[in-house]
This record gives sequence, C-alpha cells and structure tokens, in this order.
Amino acid sequence: MKKTDFILILIVLAVAGAAGLILHFGSDGGEYVRLEVDSKVYDTVSLSENRTVELNTEYGTNTVVIENKTVSVTDADCPDKICVKHSKISKTGESIICLPHRLVVTVVDENEPEIDARA
Amino acid sequence: MKNSKAKKISVFAMMTALAFTLSFLESLLPFNFGVPGIKLGLANVVVVVAVYTMSPFEALAIALVRILLAGLTFGNFYSLAYSFAGGLLSFCIMLALKKSKLSQIGVSIAGAVTHNAGQLLVAGLIMHTSGVIFYFPVLLVAGAVTGFLTGVISKPVTDRLNKNKTASL
Repeated sequence: MKKTDFILILIVLAVAGAAGLILHFGSDGGEYVRLEVDSKVYDTVSLSENRTVELNTEYGTNTVVIENKTVSVTDADCPDKICVKHSKISKTGESIICLPHRLVVTVVDENEPEIDARA
Repeated sequence: MKNSKAKKISVFAMMTALAFTLSFLESLLPFNFGVPGIKLGLANVVVVVAVYTMSPFEALAIALVRILLAGLTFGNFYSLAYSFAGGLLSFCIMLALKKSKLSQIGVSIAGAVTHNAGQLLVAGLIMHTSGVIFYFPVLLVAGAVTGFLTGVISKPVTDRLNKNKTASL
C-alpha cells in the first residue's frame, strides 16, 4: 500500500459520504409510488394508504407493499430476488428495481408522468 | 516449454476457467447488502493479475471473455449489458492507472469503483430512471472495499507469476 492508495480511498469515501448526505437530506418523503414496467407507467399509488399491490406482468410477478409511508417488495418470482432483499424506500427519487421483470418502483411527489427523454 | 503457442493457449484457458469458477463460487455465497449489484467481484482477481502479467490486449481478452462467459451462463441480456459496461470501463481505467503512482491495490480499488459506477450509469440509462443515483454512495464504498480485497489477493499471485515468468508469454 502506498500513500497514493490511501489518498484514493479517502477521496472515494469522501465522495460517497458527501453524496450520501446530499441524497439523504436533499430529498423528502414522497407522496406517491409510481410503478413502471418496461419504462411505461403501470400505476401511480398514494403513499398515505397502506396497501398491497400484486403486480402481474408478462415478465413475472412482484408483490409491492405500502406501509407506514414506505414501500417495499415482499415477494417476487424472479430468480435473484434482489428486489425483495432491497431495503424499504420512502424518499422522493428512491427506487426499487427488478431487472428481470423490467419493473421500477419509484417514490414520487406528484401524480404525473416523469418528464424524461423518451423520444 | 517448447511450443510457445500451446503454452499461450493453455495459460489463457486456465485464467479464463479460473475467473469463471470464481464467478460461480461467488454466486453461491448468500451475500446481501440490501442494494442490487453489490458483489465481491472475486473473478476480478484474475483480471487484475492479467493486467499486471500480460500484455494489454491479452488482458483485455481475458476480461471480455470472462464477462461474456459468466454473463451468458448466470445472467440475462440486461445483466450482461451492465457487466460489459462496468467491466470494460474498469479495465481501461486500470490499464491507464497502472503507470500512475498507485500500487496494484490502489489500481484494483479504482477498477472496482469504476466497475460499479459504470454499471449504475448503464442501468440508469437503460431503465430510463434517475432513481439509481441513490445507490451511488453505497456502491462507491463497496467498490473501495471489494477493490481492496481483490488487490490484496492479486498482489502475491502477480509477484509469484512474474518472478517465475510462468505467465509471461
């Protein structure tokens, strides 16, 4: 290990820390949860109501649970179940993604389609 | 050895098989960090060793083949795309930093961090979502840790290989 290595590690940790703080304090708890499959909005649900959404698409099934203003995926039939292992999300912009099922669960502020380059 | 070409092929095959085996081994470990895409990256030990014992083109071949092989066997099209993006970027960075003041461990860390960042970037682009940026801090730290681990493992291996000139072609 040389001195330059330590500097690199410090820089990486510093950037990670700064980004983490910015992301954490820079965003608030969201109002809605947007469910997208294949980049198309499947549904937008309010975060205020506790509910369970069973998402059945051509790609597979995911169970999305909204509870206490947080969202999590409790079950899925994808092979790696990374979405299930993901921690709960609650802040605007946070998302849980199931790649095999092309599913993106995002916390948003408004009940409107995200303005995104989609040409 | 008499036939240099046969030796070359053997070494390539051996390293690729090793990387493949490490990828498989890794998929068996029940590691969960709560965020997708975090792996130990054990197969990268082979890539780092290749970067420090073989010519750039030879090392690149190893890097690409192992991504392709593991991706086709254990993953799907999308995971393959992310792996390629991250792996290629990581390889180029490591090759470039090899001549810098960083030690092999530092280069490995840089490689791991870029690998993760590259994967995140491509995932965000393909899935049309900017939400992936929330994974950024975790992946950076994970990259630093796994890169350090990979580097520490690859260093003694590289030293031995270069000393005995077994892998030099």
